[in-house]
Amino acid sequence: MTGRETGPGTYLGMPAFPDPDPARFPAFPEAAREAVRDAALRANLRYATHTIRDKRARAVAELADWDRLRAAGKAVKDRTLRHLDRYLLQLEESVTAAGGTVHWAADAAEANRIVTELVLATGEREVVKVKSMATQEIGLNEALEAAGVTAYETDLAELIVQLGHDRPSHILVPAIHRNRGEIRDIFRAEMGRWGRPAPEGLGDSPAELAEAARLHLREKFLRAKVGISGANFMVAETGTMVVLESEGNGRMCLTLPETLISVVGIEKVVPTFRDLEIFLQTLPRSSTAERMNPYTTLWTGLGPSKGADGDGPSAFHLVLLDNGRTDILADEVGRQALRCIRCSACLNVCPVYERAGGHAYGSVYPGPIGAVLSPQLRGTGSPIDASLPYASTLCGACYDVCPVAIDIPEVLVHLRERVVQGGPVTRRGVRVRIRPARGHAAERAAMRAARLLLDRPDALRAGERLLARARRLGIRPHRLPGPGRAWTDARELPEPPPEPFRDWWARERGTATRTGSKDRKGDDGPK
Amino acid sequence: MRVALFVTCVNDALYPATGVAVVRLLERLGVAVDFPAGQTCCGQPQYNTGYRHEAEPLLRRTAAAFEGHPYVVTPSGSCAAMVREHYPRMGRRAAAEGRGSALAELADGLAPRVYELTEFLVDVLGVTDVGAYFPHVVTYHPSCHGLRSLGLGDRPRRLLAAVKGLELVELPGAEECCGFGGTFAVKNPDVSAAMGADKLRSARASGAEVLCGADNSCLAHLGGMLRRRDDPLRTLHIAEILAATEEDAPR
Repeated sequence: MTGRETGPGTYLGMPAFPDPDPARFPAFPEAAREAVRDAALRANLRYATHTIRDKRARAVAELADWDRLRAAGKAVKDRTLRHLDRYLLQLEESVTAAGGTVHWAADAAEANRIVTELVLATGEREVVKVKSMATQEIGLNEALEAAGVTAYETDLAELIVQLGHDRPSHILVPAIHRNRGEIRDIFRAEMGRWGRPAPEGLGDSPAELAEAARLHLREKFLRAKVGISGANFMVAETGTMVVLESEGNGRMCLTLPETLISVVGIEKVVPTFRDLEIFLQTLPRSSTAERMNPYTTLWTGLGPSKGADGDGPSAFHLVLLDNGRTDILADEVGRQALRCIRCSACLNVCPVYERAGGHAYGSVYPGPIGAVLSPQLRGTGSPIDASLPYASTLCGACYDVCPVAIDIPEVLVHLRERVVQGGPVTRRGVRVRIRPARGHAAERAAMRAARLLLDRPDALRAGERLLARARRLGIRPHRLPGPGRAWTDARELPEPPPEPFRDWWARERGTATRTGSKDRKGDDGPK
Repeated sequence: MRVALFVTCVNDALYPATGVAVVRLLERLGVAVDFPAGQTCCGQPQYNTGYRHEAEPLLRRTAAAFEGHPYVVTPSGSCAAMVREHYPRMGRRAAAEGRGSALAELADGLAPRVYELTEFLVDVLGVTDVGAYFPHVVTYHPSCHGLRSLGLGDRPRRLLAAVKGLELVELPGAEECCGFGGTFAVKNPDVSAAMGADKLRSARASGAEVLCGADNSCLAHLGGMLRRRDDPLRTLHIAEILAATEEDAPR
């Protein structure tokens, strides 16, 4: 199988937007342009990211052994990924032994079908949801809606996004692009159509907004018979699922409904209960900058009582989601992205995310981690996916803060190579060689020409002297044509010097040394 | 002591004054400088844009040019990081692609001998006061690859703080990228310019007359924005400040 990638092989939906359709999801530079010019959005993002960034730095600095925790987290994840088949089977056994039912979903469509059938079998037409990236990735809410089931998001920020018919723009704080006034307006306009309306005269103080959401959600928690969640971790040896959260909505969804369905990416498994020790320290500090998150819910199947005492769900289903993950695992550079624990520290520290905002990334996974996950999960065929690996200055701030040490710049450069040169990738378990993405022919030619020039010092010197001659002739362009315009739109060109360094050296310091120099003192031209 | 100067293509073609400053500074400190003329470019533009294979001939050229030199000094954190971090990676990738270990051997042989200028001054020569004179208010922008890949830490600032007449002021948000990012500057021009504008706002807020850096490519971006606005703030490479004396002031 060989061919140019024409579209996403793996469904990675934004809710309501199934494919990275070029009309809706243009290449990153175009998508970012709007956000850069939106002063209010820039201010919201700057304030929010800098606040959490600084808090994270303080929370991490408190731990003397942070570097060791980071290395341990990386090592545990790598070891698990190396033996993923074994740990997943062990997990299935443990969950089943504890009274749960395990389902395997190769892709988004299969996962959506499994969950939809499970919900319909209960006879219910409403579900409450814990914040979950996996269910957003597969577009579960939309699939349920198509089957006549309404999914209510119960995380405050997810609620804001859902009520606002909006798209999430951050992994942890999906409504980070909204300010208090906008949230108040959304609550006033939309809450009544979904359930309990916003209180009369709702203001925009955080306490008022949180109380409005609490009242609105309370009736959903008490009524719902089906809860849907993801999980931050799954323990293979015990079958224990772990959800970390801040608001208590997760605890409600995980304990009140009769049926609990968890959709979890296969990379979330860890071998032993003890491994949680690392991540329960690194995840809260990296994501919300807290020493410990307010709610950590752990459950093992139906528990020892198998739900018989009426405490907790009486049915638990675990849907293990692949959706492109084993294909990523086949790539020796790209696979490190599977270590991700979705903390979002890389988003908060990224200078590009801060200016471009989350929507520009055209995926439920924005920011630096999104720029390495989306083109691996969806392929590099669409304009947005081919441009995401370039949505970074490679400044390395993301790698520095990553609690599992994903070298995001390394993966970005690796994916850039895939975009411009093509190469071997794995799609649905089959090794294929893809051709380069469209639109890089001129760049490829320019890079090759530059290399040919740079591989010949005398040719390079001739070029440098042309620059100096241009200076003497007074040629000082302020606007360049073609791709150079992107430079001169905002910046002057560097002023050409009177002579290149190598000419100064030849004149002032005599013959160049070693390695077969052709320079001689007083030389006036390439030999 | 003898060192080989790896001037870098950007400095050779566009900022020769930086190369000249490195030569004068090192000679003043008693170090003999060679300039192997076979050197051109480390290949970072190709590598970071996704053209790893186009960068390989430049790896071979650079390794050959500096063969036998125990100390290779470069006034660019970014190019030093390319050689130290990415050359070995390129070698390993070539080996993994079944093309033998020759490239890896060249890369691994060169990488540990390459020093960024401030690193060489502080770690190898053991100096922080280089006898410079520069009577201006200066702030320092630590470029990302020097800061994070090489871990230059406070070396550049210690060198600047020891310069006679120089008042070093803090740059707010110093560790944030300036938005250059190589081909990022032209592939994502809007975000790049927005980042540059924020960096310049911080630099002006610092009260500095001179925005100093250790990478002229970042300074080309920031300086180009300043000159477009006729801003009195100017950019200058740290080598030119450290080379400056009472007798010999920089441009």
